[in-house]
Amino acid sequence: MTIVEIGLPKRLVELTLDGESVRVPEGATILDACTAVGKSIPTLCYGDTLKPANACRVCMVEVEGSRTLVPSCSRKVEPGMVVRTESERTRHSRKLVLELLGSATDLSTTPHVDEWMSACGADPSRFGPDAETKLQPTTVDNPLYVRDYGKCIMCYKCVDACGDQWQNSFAISVAGRGFDARISTEFATPLPESACVYCGNCIEVCPTGALSFKREHDKRQDGTWDESKQSQTTTICTFCGVGCNLTLHVQDNEIVKVTSPHESTVTHGNLCIKGRFGWQHVQNR
Amino acid sequence: MDLKLLDVEPTEAERVVVDLFTGMGRDQLLPALHAVNDRVGWISQGALNHICRVLHIPPAEAYGVASFYSLFSLTERPAKVVHVCVDLACQVNGAKALCDRLTDELGPAGAKSGWLRSPCLGVCEKAPAALAFEAGEVAKEQLLAPTHAGEVIAVAAAGSSRSDDGRAEMPQAGSPGLRLLKRVGVVDPESLDDYRATGGYTALRTALLLGPSGVIREVTDAKLMGRGGAAFPTGRKWDATARQPVRPHYLVCNADESEPGTFKDRLLMEGDPFAVIESMTIAGFAAGCSKGYLYLRGEYPRALHLLRNAIAKARERNFLGENIMGHEGFSFDIEIRRGAGAYICGEETAIFNSIEGFRGEPRSKPPFPVEQGLFGKPTVVNNVETLVNVPVILTEGCEAYTRIGTSGSTGPKLFCLSGNVSRPGVYEVPFGTTLGALLELAGGVPPGRELRAVLLGGAAGGFVRPDELDLPLTLEDARAAGTTLGSGVVLVLDDTADLGSFLVRIAAFFRDESCGQCVPCRIGTVRQEEAMHRLVGKRPLSTSAQDLQLLREVGQVMRDSSICGLGQTAWNAIESALDRLGYAEEATS
Ligand SMILES: Cc1cc2nc3c(=O)[nH]c(=O)nc-3n(C[C@H](O)[C@H](O)[C@H](O)COP(=O)(O)O)c2cc1C
Ligand code: SF4
Ligand code: SF4
Ligand code: SF4
Ligand code: FES
Ligand code: FES
Repeated sequence: MTIVEIGLPKRLVELTLDGESVRVPEGATILDACTAVGKSIPTLCYGDTLKPANACRVCMVEVEGSRTLVPSCSRKVEPGMVVRTESERTRHSRKLVLELLGSATDLSTTPHVDEWMSACGADPSRFGPDAETKLQPTTVDNPLYVRDYGKCIMCYKCVDACGDQWQNSFAISVAGRGFDARISTEFATPLPESACVYCGNCIEVCPTGALSFKREHDKRQDGTWDESKQSQTTTICTFCGVGCNLTLHVQDNEIVKVTSPHESTVTHGNLCIKGRFGWQHVQNR
Repeated sequence: MDLKLLDVEPTEAERVVVDLFTGMGRDQLLPALHAVNDRVGWISQGALNHICRVLHIPPAEAYGVASFYSLFSLTERPAKVVHVCVDLACQVNGAKALCDRLTDELGPAGAKSGWLRSPCLGVCEKAPAALAFEAGEVAKEQLLAPTHAGEVIAVAAAGSSRSDDGRAEMPQAGSPGLRLLKRVGVVDPESLDDYRATGGYTALRTALLLGPSGVIREVTDAKLMGRGGAAFPTGRKWDATARQPVRPHYLVCNADESEPGTFKDRLLMEGDPFAVIESMTIAGFAAGCSKGYLYLRGEYPRALHLLRNAIAKARERNFLGENIMGHEGFSFDIEIRRGAGAYICGEETAIFNSIEGFRGEPRSKPPFPVEQGLFGKPTVVNNVETLVNVPVILTEGCEAYTRIGTSGSTGPKLFCLSGNVSRPGVYEVPFGTTLGALLELAGGVPPGRELRAVLLGGAAGGFVRPDELDLPLTLEDARAAGTTLGSGVVLVLDDTADLGSFLVRIAAFFRDESCGQCVPCRIGTVRQEEAMHRLVGKRPLSTSAQDLQLLREVGQVMRDSSICGLGQTAWNAIESALDRLGYAEEATS
């Protein structure tokens, strides 16, 4: 998140990262430190506009003196910390976490997963053909967005965006327990009967494509979704006076999706139904 | 926040019990769910909706919470259900045959047939066990232990058929030299007068004289270590909490006791409930807590009634409330919270979420409970047995206390003996007693059988072999031997026990009890269970050696990268069976 902090200048903390000495501002996470020196760490449940959920465990690193590995996305740096991102243990952990995820869920629309998997040699199929999965039919119960929970990795981001971190609608929650845990409305009632206000903020943060805009979903289904042909233009929403930034994704002279820049100090990536979905009229020609 | 509720109304009975919560908040969600479940046996849409209206909770969140607990059902079921234990000690004592008969006669386990498979019910000394819940204007519970298929069928069909009241067995009752168990089975657990006549509340008086820092010094010098499994020094925990300037501070007594094979806390709460209340009061005084929560697992109805009675009587006589025992300015009270069937809620941060009315998922540490615990405030969490050691320390003095046990593990310790053992039950011995001596105390394996293995510390513990019986039971010796005392489980397997099924059950336990928050545990425990089924059933993916390799790799990621102790230890017992008991060889040969 690039909210500019206007507090006192921060003290710098020195730590050792893969053998190199690094100085980052106090309060930074290990992930921040990695990013600062250009080291890329896989993340899935981390969200630049959300509090860390600590759930996916794909970002684990080794910290000297710690019995277990630690999540780099949330663990704050401490003076003198010795961090290893590419040890035997971290590589094993990353590989297994990806294999476990891939064995239970459809990661075909999760960005970067293929690279990460091949980098560590992950093979999700080695748990056998009978490994239990979360695969299930797609839920389409409203005209605006599609829920394909066979792709859901239970990262908690949609729930956090819908709940007290952003939207305050609380339309969805984690239900059940263990492998049976799932994202659900109360008693799995259809979205139109739930508290959902169709802000689409859950879709914005979903890292896997489990949640997608109906338009994007349909175009992907019929094979006409083509990001290489899309341009992005950021403008200001005209529906009300708040002044939200809108990024229009345009393909073949047609708006196919609307997002909002995460670094916008007005929206932090969030919108309401009007900004997010109220563009159909523009192209009713 | 405006709530959008479903368009469904509660029944009259549901409305009446939920309306009692009018004006209360989110932290009453679990009690409200219990109230409905006690009244009608399940949570309907109308009832949940009404709870949300009264407590002002978004329905999706309340649904998320209700569906977290296995004692609640969100689909209709009969008022009476019998929970039949299929866990470790019961499995060794015929639970499988019992369930086979129930399946034949009542149909497969489920809401329709009126019986359900249950994890350990905490009465392993009387295995196999079952517990019947019957909803109604007055909810009823009945413990059946030891039980048999005929009895479960009769209870499921009609009324009770049992005259005993489910009282705990206590092989050592009345033996001289007992400290923690001295009143258990001897003194009337309902009588505050009897409690006081046997030294009750002298320790609190001493504590009030010593002052909070004096109590902390005694407990620290006594080197009291937590008995809940993690063996953290209690004095340090209290001190760290007491020093926090933020107020209020809270105390949570962890009576969730759900580690398979553990039943010592139940014995203490049923046999000496006033001691638990007095101990909590002392802890509250020392750490500056104004309120204590006693988080009791939902499957302990007898302990619930006895503790409620003890709290009420203590309040009447000013052992709880304002200016306790005339000590100006010391106020403390206790609220009991019933769990609802979730082992994970015994984890020290999951317990906070559960009490606050959220899903019982562990929180990420840091921050630690002593800084930000229950309701975000500094909190002491202690196990029942840990707390009950405190009056012993204060009355005997910390020096005398440290002379019990060894220098690294001071004091008396409770062990829960179950499985293939002649006199199962809770035993109090000083730390340092050898495993062999403890087994002897319990009569060893039944006549004519041979010892095969002992599971130490519970499902999260590890196995030891018959040639390791000279192991002194101390924290340091267990650690040095690469095992753990955990919560004091000593589950004995003889040569008739089916080790393979036992291991599969351990794997199933972790899979069932994972909260589902983090990937290594949520999916890893499933892969572990699948691989154990293959290994034990000799139906390998390609070779058993490959399944073993898979198990080790999954075990490693669970240990390294899970959020909490559940996932981190989910592989311990299986690993020790493979390597220490040699099951790896057996399975691949
Ligand atoms: C999955 C899990 C379950 C636990 N269950 C219990 C329990 O039922 N009772 C308990 O006292 N401690 C339990 N613990 C340990 C607690 O987290 C905590 O360490 C303990 O209550 C602290 O008290 P003590 O210091 O007095 O032992 C559990 C830990 C984990 C990881
Ligand atoms: S669209 Fe908005 S209100 Fe609806 S579930 Fe997503 S975040 Fe919640
Ligand atoms: S639906 Fe998407 S955002 Fe929500 S938990 Fe699943 S993967 Fe995460
Ligand atoms: S280790 Fe298991 S029980 Fe603990 S937080 Fe993770 S999923 Fe939940
Ligand atoms: S990105 Fe750190 S735990 Fe998911
Ligand atoms: S009561 Fe059945 S295993 Fe504990």
